[in-house]
Amino acid sequence: MEVHRHLDEELDALRDSILRLGGEVEAALKRAMHALIERDSDAAREVLEHDDAIDQLEVEVDRQCVDIFALRQPAARDLRFVMSVAKMAPVLERIGDHACNIARAVFDLNNEPELKNHIRLREMGEIASSMLGQALDAFTKNDAGAAREVIKRDAEINELYNQIFHDLIEMMTKEPATATRDARLLFVAKHLERIGDYVTDICELTVYMAEAAVIKHRH
Amino acid sequence: MSTPTQIVAPKFEISRRAALAQRETKIAVADLNFFYGRAQALHDINLNIPERMVMAFIGPSGCGKTTFLRTLNRMNDVIPGTRVEGKVSIDNQDVYAPGADVVELRRKVGMVFQKSNPFPKSIFDNVAYGLRINRLTSSKSELADRVEEALTDAALWSEAKDRLKSSALGLSGGQQQRLCIARALAIRPEVILMDEPASALDPIATSKIEELIVDLKKQYTIVIVTHNMQQAARVSDLTAFFLLGKLIEVNATEKVFTAPDEKVTEDYITGRFG
Repeated sequence: MEVHRHLDEELDALRDSILRLGGEVEAALKRAMHALIERDSDAAREVLEHDDAIDQLEVEVDRQCVDIFALRQPAARDLRFVMSVAKMAPVLERIGDHACNIARAVFDLNNEPELKNHIRLREMGEIASSMLGQALDAFTKNDAGAAREVIKRDAEINELYNQIFHDLIEMMTKEPATATRDARLLFVAKHLERIGDYVTDICELTVYMAEAAVIKHRH
Repeated sequence: MSTPTQIVAPKFEISRRAALAQRETKIAVADLNFFYGRAQALHDINLNIPERMVMAFIGPSGCGKTTFLRTLNRMNDVIPGTRVEGKVSIDNQDVYAPGADVVELRRKVGMVFQKSNPFPKSIFDNVAYGLRINRLTSSKSELADRVEEALTDAALWSEAKDRLKSSALGLSGGQQQRLCIARALAIRPEVILMDEPASALDPIATSKIEELIVDLKKQYTIVIVTHNMQQAARVSDLTAFFLLGKLIEVNATEKVFTAPDEKVTEDYITGRFG
């Protein structure tokens, strides 16, 4: 049927857009962490320069969702898909903003001598990146089970954040001269911890999309 | 005592519009089969319709939803060669029991059709018709009161009060349909069956009929057949999906339109059917 073929095309286009947004955000996070670990200011600049593209993609996803709601009145699995995408786009955009904040911290940190507290931050960044990648995979495959597994990993990020928090506070106490840099790294850790929460939100939306089950605030 | 309505248990709490547990069953259908000659049009339908709610029947053309609607007030009796098996009870009275009073049944269960069908009479006489032939009023003033009440309930009074003696055929399509609803309401039915009541109307007239349906459910049990799924979504508390003469799924309307239990329902709702 013609009308439904068009709906399918629009849903496919929406899926492409949200995955493109997801891909850009994933790349931004990886680039920001690379900039931090390698003290690469050029990479940090690229993250900031690319943020406009992420913002534009979010607006584009919004527009597509509104058009489909208004013109197609999706129901059942289509409704859950469009609803989930509409809620996922701003979450991804915010992850992009956190990547930008990490990139900004890199400029400040690169103006000062290096602090050797990157090992755990690197690990935290790797977990956040891999969670984001897995969350987007679960979404693409409509796989609620995989999404639930990713949600469990948020505990790893939170645990690392707590450790890094204590380490940096201890460092500030022992070596007050490093306090500014410690504080910047603490903010980086906090950004990564928030990203873990946002990835959890994405996975909750995938579970809703796949199973119509609302698991928000239940784990 | 009627039994509380049993609805297919939702996987999670989703029904907000309908306080299902508090309503008693108005119409109970058990093991209903219906035949046009040798052709079986309905297969083993089991369904409880709760009082003072709107239930929508949806499904592709030929799925049996209109046939089923018409079994509820025995409108199919007039079609030669038809046969009914099973039970339809309204307020625990079997409507197909030998000796059941069909005239009383149709007083209790009013019907509104797809195409408005006013009599070529005045607006007043259309609404008064059922009251007169059933001798339901004892004075002219009571008759006038009942006509006004019915027109008011059908949201037509303000438009019709100054032209009650004019021909009903001079009304617009939407007004004619509301007149037919007023005519059905005049004899104070308990159940109103509507067979695609707005399919021939423009969006504004449709919207008036839909608002009316939502208002009427405070007093009446309403069953509506519609091809317009958005209409089912807008007006009904419960939705029943029919396919090939079988009842596939009954659920709270929110559930049917967000997360139906059956895949075939989902395929139909999302337009990916067949």
